[in-house]
Amino acid sequence: MSLLDDYAAVAGPEVIDRLRQLARPLAGRTVVHVNSTRLGGGVAEILAKLVPLTRELGLDVRWEVIDGDGPFFETTKAIHNGLQGRPVELSEAQRRAYEDTLARNAERLRPMLEAADYVFIHDPQPAALLAHCPNRTGRWTWRCHIDLSQPFRSTWRYLRPLVRGFDASVFSLAGFARDLGHPEYIIPPSIDPLSPKNIDLEPAEIDAVRARFGLDPARPLLVQVSRFDRFKDPVGVIAAYRMARRLVPALQLVLAGGTASDDPEGEAVLHEVRAAAGDDPDIHVLLLPPDAHRTINALQRAADIVMQKSLREGFGLTVTEGLWKGRPVIGGDTGGIRLQVVDHHTGYRVSTPEGAALRVRYLMRHPRRRAAMGETARAFVRDHFLITRQAREYLTLMVALAHADGNRIELG
Amino acid sequence: MADTGAIGKDTIILTQGLAPAGSARYAPALGPSPPAAAARAGLSRNPAAMEREPSAAEVPAFAVKDCTLIAIATGLKAWTLGELMSGIQRAPADSLYYHFWGTLLQASFEEREYNNEFAAWVRYALHEHALAERLAAIDPTGYDELEAMRDELLEILDAGLQAAEHLAWLRSTEPFEFLRHQIVVFDTERRVAHPDAMAELVPTLSASSIFYHFIDARRRNSNHRDDFRAWLDGVPGDHADACGRLAGIDPWFGQLTELRGAIAAAFAGNDDTLQ
Repeated sequence: MSLLDDYAAVAGPEVIDRLRQLARPLAGRTVVHVNSTRLGGGVAEILAKLVPLTRELGLDVRWEVIDGDGPFFETTKAIHNGLQGRPVELSEAQRRAYEDTLARNAERLRPMLEAADYVFIHDPQPAALLAHCPNRTGRWTWRCHIDLSQPFRSTWRYLRPLVRGFDASVFSLAGFARDLGHPEYIIPPSIDPLSPKNIDLEPAEIDAVRARFGLDPARPLLVQVSRFDRFKDPVGVIAAYRMARRLVPALQLVLAGGTASDDPEGEAVLHEVRAAAGDDPDIHVLLLPPDAHRTINALQRAADIVMQKSLREGFGLTVTEGLWKGRPVIGGDTGGIRLQVVDHHTGYRVSTPEGAALRVRYLMRHPRRRAAMGETARAFVRDHFLITRQAREYLTLMVALAHADGNRIELG
Repeated sequence: MADTGAIGKDTIILTQGLAPAGSARYAPALGPSPPAAAARAGLSRNPAAMEREPSAAEVPAFAVKDCTLIAIATGLKAWTLGELMSGIQRAPADSLYYHFWGTLLQASFEEREYNNEFAAWVRYALHEHALAERLAAIDPTGYDELEAMRDELLEILDAGLQAAEHLAWLRSTEPFEFLRHQIVVFDTERRVAHPDAMAELVPTLSASSIFYHFIDARRRNSNHRDDFRAWLDGVPGDHADACGRLAGIDPWFGQLTELRGAIAAAFAGNDDTLQ
């Protein structure tokens, strides 16, 4: 059975038929995706499935990862933070680390990138590759997965010239787009229903994960899964848990995260989170390896409520995952969470730990309401946020890029 | 004959892969198909319908198309009614299309209360009910040109601001983001030769195919008709009842999948299932 058959079983055969029809004029086209890590984080997870899926549709698709050392990833993390609004000033040494690293990577990747029909550069880390490929022949797209709505001015001033030269860019939400002088497409990301992180699990496997981490199955559980990153506000989640626990004393909390090779701040934030958790035996701070997909899956399914109390968020795939598992999500009122968490229907959006605590108490008090919201949540993801929808939009984008001056393209 | 529709000057038709834009040529979006194609793709699951069909030379087969739409940011945003007016003045025409029609294909949770996003924004982000109602009264199929609809939007907003001075000071909780779009249309290679087969075909169509034939068609076809009625006009026989039922379906509210059920019911001889 092919990968496309597997997706047809989940998303419906007509969805796959449409992908095939859309892909037909793109057959044999060379496509290269470039990002900065093969493991960890939402981008790597999307590419891990988008690449084989589009290959099976007849495109010649490759996925390349740039190499970098500690100073490079510290710089790109600073750029990432600055683009999401945190005041950071890049030193001359950091700029040099960034530019030199990409110049070295360009030496390795240039022949492939310059020959490709379509190149997708994901996020700011590899963005400067464009300048090193003057003889490019295909269409280059900068795919920005992060919230660029209010970047720190000097960071954006540094990055903007590097991305302005692309043929197009893609943002997850319209509100993230900046004036770049080229078409800026809007494509929300998606989850893969067939990945170990999202497939259905047997109850025994969920029970085993509960037992492994000392979680009491008879008591309510909040779970937030995300990198240890200040924008995810794990300390705020602990504050919300403590407030809610005054009225829901049996409450347990899991903060599960991993580290990604391109995120040097993770350890410092993890330290802050452990300090905030103190010696509360019902707060479980779990540092998981990047391949702990089934464990994360089981934790989300073990949860009564999934939390994602981000202060800034590109899209929030962990929200999508929680919804897919039929759990209501309490999420920060920011970024892509707004697209997914609909108050009173799929969960609640909150702006403070107090707000999160209030919604936790409400949902724990109304189990039937919680179950109904979970059902709605799963159907919402099935209709709008599975990878087959994203694959369709990438194919549409590639067709559209070849005809940027027409707003209606008919494939005969 | 079936109405081939008025395809705008921006339309690009490709017949062989991704030819350069300059080599694109026009082809009807909906028109008679080769007899062989009609015979090949007619609804074989309904042989009775096929048996009753007039000869292929007489009947133009209905060519089932599908589409996918991708949104593009324009960079225009509005926080106030004044900024909304400015944005409407400056936005490309396909942005108006998108905010009336295109959003039907985008991820949304709640049912549409208003038939366009301008009205919804005025209602929910500015909390201005009366003006939202007036904007929602715009029937986009009542305009031959999007520019005329743009003028009407501006006229309603200007009149609202003239009538109530405080509206000029309202600031929204969320900005209105002007988007435009590109739409890619592709041929499913399915053909229907006789109206009787439609009741069986329609439930199998994708939501986006319904969008293309029932919503988008109103911009392409003369008299703002959907593709089904445009096709029935060219098919021998009396199809006035089916056309009447199709004309009675209000396409602007509810999900496309619900609309699909209503269209299927119209072909089956039933009233609008949405009602």
